[in-house]
Amino acid sequence: MNGVHDMGGMDGFGKVEPEPNEPMFHSEWEGRVLAMVRAMGAAGAFNIDTSRYYRETLPPDIYLACSYYQKWLLGLEDLLIDKGFVAATEVAAGHARVPAKPLKNGKFTIDDVGRIMVRGKFERKPSAPAKFKPGDRVRAKNMHPATHTRLPRYTRGHVGVVERNLGCNVYPDSAAMEAGENPQWLYTVVFEGTELWGPETDPTLKISIDAFEPYLEAA
Amino acid sequence: MTEHDHHDHSELSETELRVRALETILTEKGYVDPAALDAIIQAYETKIGPHNGARVVAKAWSDPAFKQSLLADATKAVGTLGHVSRVGDHLVAVENTPKRHNIVVCTLCSCYPWEMLGLPPVWYKAAPYRSRAVKDPRGVLADFGVSLPKETEIRVWDSTAETRFLVLPMRPEGTEGWSEQRLAELVTRDSMIGTGFPKTPGAPS
Repeated sequence: MNGVHDMGGMDGFGKVEPEPNEPMFHSEWEGRVLAMVRAMGAAGAFNIDTSRYYRETLPPDIYLACSYYQKWLLGLEDLLIDKGFVAATEVAAGHARVPAKPLKNGKFTIDDVGRIMVRGKFERKPSAPAKFKPGDRVRAKNMHPATHTRLPRYTRGHVGVVERNLGCNVYPDSAAMEAGENPQWLYTVVFEGTELWGPETDPTLKISIDAFEPYLEAA
Repeated sequence: MTEHDHHDHSELSETELRVRALETILTEKGYVDPAALDAIIQAYETKIGPHNGARVVAKAWSDPAFKQSLLADATKAVGTLGHVSRVGDHLVAVENTPKRHNIVVCTLCSCYPWEMLGLPPVWYKAAPYRSRAVKDPRGVLADFGVSLPKETEIRVWDSTAETRFLVLPMRPEGTEGWSEQRLAELVTRDSMIGTGFPKTPGAPS
């Protein structure tokens, strides 16, 4: 979706402001939100792509005004309500009111903590050979799906070069919509800065994205 | 017992109340054990952090064979180091050289190599960095007080899939013969994102 989350190349957000000796959490509740998202994901309530999609679909003014973990909280609430794990009346009441919906992997307990500290595996068996190889010129398609995608707007319509084949991976555009993993070949594609931002751009700049095969066409 | 239990309700913000309400619901419905949430937070606070990445970088500076395997397949190479927390798939290490400087960003959300660097800082997840890193990386570096020769190639890695990138910074001069442990102390978090350099030996930290 062409949302405000897709901010590569936008102007006007001001300077980057690093915070010296930044704590891991600025308030205790931030850690609780992170933990709830990780736990409910691991319990099977949603996958990582769906949770990203729910943060992206927050209204643009909310998205821009909220802190990072506030977005995580709002996305989590919406997601759990939409998927039937929590009722809106329960959120309003602050207590359980309706029977629980079974979780795919069952209740998240202390025994599950170890496994979430290791990153998941996203590579899958391919069902077809890769269309592109390193060195191929490719164009990022001019596509604008209204749902989740990982092709940033700033690359669409532009030509780059395949640098690396990253294997066949879970396709976020499908997984986010709970339409299956639909594995696709994934490539690192490098663009010249001038191709993306015009001839006045710093000629030393190159930008790469990791692009799934359906995002690309031969150029 | 977590810290929020000690606060009076009147001190709680709307967000805190909302978080507490959701946790109550998830607990009452039997979805999560609150002690498991405590354990997740504790694991993040103790197991992950830039010290993991720093050890990998220091090893690559000291051991040419390790460096070669790190650049070829970072997941596999890091997996051979027993003392570094395990990583999943899809880690790619990218090397800074006198000719090329690498910077990592996630323009779409906040993708970051947690196992190597810990949780991302606020600036990494915020609009100024995500919007400008791909278009004006030298301007972003200036915000960090960092500048590069104008002929140095800048390569920006936008983390748009599950691949995670670790920048292998250049080894500081004047560190010949240093142990891996001593070298690791020079490796900063920002030097592994590409928005900074390692510390210089002898400089005030």
